Amino acid sequence: MKKVDARGLSCPQPVILASRAIAEGYDSFTVIVDNEVARENILRLTKNKGLKAEIRKEGNDTVILVEK
Amino acid sequence: MSEFFASRKGIILAGGIIGILASLLQYLGNPPNMGICVACMERDIAGAIGLHRADIVQYIRPEIIGFVLGAFLSSLIFREHKPRGGSAPMIRFFLGIFAMIGALVFLGCPWRALLRLAGGDGNAIVGILGLTTGIIGGVTFLKNGYNLGRSHSQKSLSGWIFPALMLGLFLMLVFRIEFYAGGPIFFSVKGPGAMHAPIWISITAGILIGVVAQRSRFCTMGAIRDVLLIRDYHLISGVGTLLIAAFGLNMILGQFHPGFEGQPIAHTDHVWNFLGMTLSGLAFVLAGGCPGRQLFLAGEGDMDAGIFALGMIIGAGIAHNFALASSPKGVAAFGPAAVITGLIFCLIIGFTMRDKMNT
Repeated sequence: MKKVDARGLSCPQPVILASRAIAEGYDSFTVIVDNEVARENILRLTKNKGLKAEIRKEGNDTVILVEK
Repeated sequence: MSEFFASRKGIILAGGIIGILASLLQYLGNPPNMGICVACMERDIAGAIGLHRADIVQYIRPEIIGFVLGAFLSSLIFREHKPRGGSAPMIRFFLGIFAMIGALVFLGCPWRALLRLAGGDGNAIVGILGLTTGIIGGVTFLKNGYNLGRSHSQKSLSGWIFPALMLGLFLMLVFRIEFYAGGPIFFSVKGPGAMHAPIWISITAGILIGVVAQRSRFCTMGAIRDVLLIRDYHLISGVGTLLIAAFGLNMILGQFHPGFEGQPIAHTDHVWNFLGMTLSGLAFVLAGGCPGRQLFLAGEGDMDAGIFALGMIIGAGIAHNFALASSPKGVAAFGPAAVITGLIFCLIIGFTMRDKMNT
């Protein structure tokens, strides 16, 4: 599955990378983020685009599974 | 509270609080249309510690200190304090310098551009158009893969350095230390630097704004950027509320005076008002946040944002020492050259700092 590693990237990079994955036509992919702002921004993006998002913690990182 | 401030209502409340406090701070003594101006206030701090000797703009502004300490406390309480750094600090330092130079050619950062507009200063419209132009440029770079690289976690105490610096400045303000006769700390006796709300009110307002802005991720540049880049209207609803709240309270307090000529701490050179803010807007996008947001991030432990803020303070020293900063009389001798230099710098950074598209 497509993985977007957005750890250590500052705003708005995580959202840009996720948007690009959506634009490239992936039906499902994961985004890994390591801060709360990026998590909120990705969730707002998926909500705006009408996509499903499932969140789980992996250590200090947050993994967001994005699906159509 | 954590989830609330991430919501649309949360950002609107944050914008409203900031707008009201800005208008009130002006009413209580801060300079006209400058209830809050991150750039101007950092410039006053630079003057107070002697980085420049423009004697009308020297004061340790407690609002700036409050922004950082409020965000610091908030991030500790909500477990978001996360020391990090190492994403092109030197470039961020210079982006900070040029962002400040652009702001001082216009005479205000994006925060003050909004507050100038809320006070009736028509020149602010030109500035905001310039700001938007700079942000459009920055968004174009972002769309083409511009990226300063990843930051990395740092040791936990690293994130305390910038807040500690702010605390030190606050102590120097409270105790008014004179390091030698005629030396720093300098406090203006006339001009905008001599105009300020009582210290305890300023610091309290600053801390309050620091907390709500840290929670809500309030960012003036980000508001426009998000609309252009991803059609997201979240942040701009907060910025719009700031404008409306400050305008409304200015009307009530008699602080609204519409016009272009003779506006307080402003000039009417449209070309350089526009281009000064274009430079700032571009530099803010390339660095990832408006000057306020950089302070809140620095409070959260983001050392790269702290470096940008230090760049802005040094940039203020440079702007006043080398005749780059405008005055109400107009643009200074070397202001235009510095803006052009800054734009060239930002364009080079924007074109060259790119990741491959397939990340």
